[in-house]
Amino acid sequence: MLTEREKEIVRVLQEGLPLTSRPFLVLAQKLGMSEEELLAAVRNFLERGIIRRFGAAVRHQDLGYVANAMVVWEVPPERLEEVGRMMAAFDEVTHCYQRSPCPPRWPYNLFTVIHGQTKEDCYRIAKALSRATGITSYRLLFSTAELKKSSMKYFV
Amino acid sequence: MNLDNLDRQLLNLIQSKLPLTPEPYKELARALGSSEEEVINRIRGLIERGVIRRLGAIFDSRRVGYTGTLCALKVPPERIPEVAGIVNRLPGVTHNYLRDHPYNMWFTLLAESPEELNAAIEEIKRLTGIEDLLNLPAEKVFKIRVNFELEED
Repeated sequence: MLTEREKEIVRVLQEGLPLTSRPFLVLAQKLGMSEEELLAAVRNFLERGIIRRFGAAVRHQDLGYVANAMVVWEVPPERLEEVGRMMAAFDEVTHCYQRSPCPPRWPYNLFTVIHGQTKEDCYRIAKALSRATGITSYRLLFSTAELKKSSMKYFV
Repeated sequence: MNLDNLDRQLLNLIQSKLPLTPEPYKELARALGSSEEEVINRIRGLIERGVIRRLGAIFDSRRVGYTGTLCALKVPPERIPEVAGIVNRLPGVTHNYLRDHPYNMWFTLLAESPEELNAAIEEIKRLTGIEDLLNLPAEKVFKIRVNFELEED
């Protein structure tokens, strides 16, 4: 759990880093702390995994990764750990999650996101993953429209 | 979109190695053989063009203390704009995509507690009148990678 003070720091940091010579000083002043204290708090958050990454979030669609597919897999429960690790090791797989299925409506319990230059690329990658793991029940879901993409605002 | 070499080098650096020092842009400028002013202007340009979505802390929602899930709704095609409006209005919905499947609307949902998360899901069902919703919380994360190396020309 975060302390109230830590929640305040999250609230200020999520507004983004100002584009000015001393950006941490600007944010620290909003928090009534010193620049050094804020930098220490950011390092502490990184160590605790509260901040996953400190940097730029980039829109990948603009960078030539035109096709991304969510590929869902029906994996026998006893093989989930092994198969999850195998798929995660592939470079083209950017996300790999185990999720609780909702049978019979939804039998798939392993979710991967794969990025390729084209749709055909994605089918080829999925087939390679299937061959490598022996999981043959799977589906590719391509996104046809982005309806919302925003950063979460915490503690508002 | 046109990115020159300096843009690409800058993007590669600031995706993961934004310096945690009092003058981060000056430090980037030093690494790139550029000036602080040029680095700031370039980043501002990349933000304005939508290449950079945001700059700074990217939080792990679970470690921040939030609970999240992935939901899928079966929306009749003629109701997509209306239902998207209802779903997107919830502040805990950060991503929402249409996908080529009978479960066609896929969105992520975050809340401060499991109780609030369930309440939000019930709210969506009630407001849309759509009962067929898949609630697919993550049980284990094997990989999240959001950095990409950009090739230089």
